[in-house]
Amino acid sequence: MKNPIENLNKTFDSRIRLGIMSALMVNASINFNDLKELINVTDGNLASHIKALEENGYIKVQKGFIGRKTNTLYSATKAGEKAFRTHLDALEKIIKNMR
Amino acid sequence: MNESEKLSNELKDIKQIMERSSRFISLSGLSGISAGICALIGAWLSGIVIERNKRAVHNLKRSIADTDSIMYGDFIHSHLFQIAIITFFASAFFAFLFTYRRSKKTNTPIWGITARRLTINVVVPMIAGGIFLFALIRDGVYGFIAPGCLIFYGLGVLNASKYTLPETRYLGYGEIIIGLINLFFMGQGLYFWAAGFGALHIFYGAFMWSKYEMKS
Repeated sequence: MKNPIENLNKTFDSRIRLGIMSALMVNASINFNDLKELINVTDGNLASHIKALEENGYIKVQKGFIGRKTNTLYSATKAGEKAFRTHLDALEKIIKNMR
Repeated sequence: MNESEKLSNELKDIKQIMERSSRFISLSGLSGISAGICALIGAWLSGIVIERNKRAVHNLKRSIADTDSIMYGDFIHSHLFQIAIITFFASAFFAFLFTYRRSKKTNTPIWGITARRLTINVVVPMIAGGIFLFALIRDGVYGFIAPGCLIFYGLGVLNASKYTLPETRYLGYGEIIIGLINLFFMGQGLYFWAAGFGALHIFYGAFMWSKYEMKS
């Protein structure tokens, strides 16, 4: 049998990235401030992790405006959803095997 | 901490964030109970007002052109209207208070993305219903006020249940059913009102409280 650890995705090897992906899996899109509030991180920290996920093609960014204020919306891409599901399945399998 | 525990915690975090970002989970059962109690007090006071003005109510039904009875009618309607407004704000206040307290406990923002979504989804059907009922009142169709309130409120709750604890939808179903039955028992609105906004809220609130809050 193939070792499920190989299915763990290195990109998701961070609590914050897991948080971002989790939130985007159940919401069509979320803006920066709501995401920040949800995961409890600083602006800079969140921004750098979002950038990493974006570079991997797992999330897409939509810049918009509410009045004069910028309102940037984030959503998961198809590839991102698939990658995250695979990662979750692997996590579950590993835990099951360890018990 | 061993590897298995670490991964389990990761999964737990993921589930929690999914839940916290899609549903407003701080809605307190005590909010339901307090809203129900306010509604019962409001219905009881309204019952007294109606009882005291039985003759006027009767007159109003008999002859709308009779100036004397219309004055009486205006009087009791304004009284009933005041009771309704006070009941509404009192129950909204207590509902907010208990839910605010719970949100502090569960450490979720009271005005976050989920709370906003919940509010929009409950408020839109209720505002539509409110305007509809005002039009009915303008045309003097008072019999439809109680069932109309129950049905539109039930639709609002049902709509909002997707964004909060899932059992809330049974409260929505219950309100709609009570409102619909009321349509066939015109003139008994106050009893249905007390059953739907009073008893059902208390029952729902007690159930939710025992399920989610009692142990913590």
